[in-house]
Amino acid sequence: MAIHREHELHQRRFGRNAGLGIVLLAFVVIVFGLTIVKVSRQDEHGNPPVAGASP
Amino acid sequence: MTDTSAIEHGQEAGFGDFVQLLKPRVMSLVVFTALVGLIVAPVPVHPFVGFTAILFIALGGGASGALNMWYDADIDRVMKRTRNRPVPAGRIGAGEALGFGLALSLISCLMLGLAANWFAGAFLAFTIFFYVVIYTMWLKRTTPQNIVIGGAAGAFPPMIGWAVATGGISIESVLMFALIFMWTPPHFWALALFMKDDYSNAGVPMLTVTHGRKSARKHILVYALLLAPVAFALALSSIGGPVTLAAAVILNALFIRGGWQILKRDEAAAEADKYRTEKAFFRFSLAYLFLHFGALLADKSLSAFGMGGW
Repeated sequence: MAIHREHELHQRRFGRNAGLGIVLLAFVVIVFGLTIVKVSRQDEHGNPPVAGASP
Repeated sequence: MTDTSAIEHGQEAGFGDFVQLLKPRVMSLVVFTALVGLIVAPVPVHPFVGFTAILFIALGGGASGALNMWYDADIDRVMKRTRNRPVPAGRIGAGEALGFGLALSLISCLMLGLAANWFAGAFLAFTIFFYVVIYTMWLKRTTPQNIVIGGAAGAFPPMIGWAVATGGISIESVLMFALIFMWTPPHFWALALFMKDDYSNAGVPMLTVTHGRKSARKHILVYALLLAPVAFALALSSIGGPVTLAAAVILNALFIRGGWQILKRDEAAAEADKYRTEKAFFRFSLAYLFLHFGALLADKSLSAFGMGGW
């Protein structure tokens, strides 16, 4: 079999890699989003909000 | 089997096999009950934090599923229902499943701790430990009470959801735990009744095998009866309300009736109609839990409009 030919195996590996890529990208988005939420809820001194107080 | 033979036979794992390792169907129950626990808690949670928390609780549940499949590959190979899972089918190596499960456990607990609070993160870690070590490695293979105690692992998610919001434990979250805890045994014993030979072939000491099927039928009814007071206590607690109370009345009446019908049958009758009653009871038990937690959600939503809740 010629080395350049697309094998079914390559498709499966591509699917796995693409899936992992999407998962990693989603993880980055989540960490970024969490950072934004946490930072924007701190007071002017960088302290976390007091429990029970409105954000 | 070597790596190359796996490739030649078209058995190398795809992305879907890794998803299957996370037991997505069990995960849906974890997501739903954890979400309800989070929403009915008296402390509001930022929607994005809530979303992230549920995501990582689900991932932690999935990680324990992967670790379970790593340890139980020998049992899964014998049972018809589980023979095609990625590890026993040879698509994913046992070591790979172990590493995958451990890595995801670590990530999910750390991320839950960072996103919500460290109590919730530690609670998730404890749940994974309980499911993998206490249930899978120890009790599942040694005692017919495996399902009873192992069911606790599946009952923790709403408590974790509650802990995400409140940072602690309270009577309401314990009642949500108790509802799933008491519900799990009859649910699985019904499954064991119609999955006849699977568990005995695999050498898992299910109640149906060790104490006989008549005894399992009795146990189902007894647990159905014990479940009812828990459901009513939850309905009358501060997170309950008229909707939950109505759901508790209807669902428990049907559940006990189902348990009674199962008790009245003998094996000959069950064989004759291919375990129709047992299968119906199993399906209804799934609806029971979803509807019960759905009712809690309904009461919480209605209380925003001055209805629902006490």
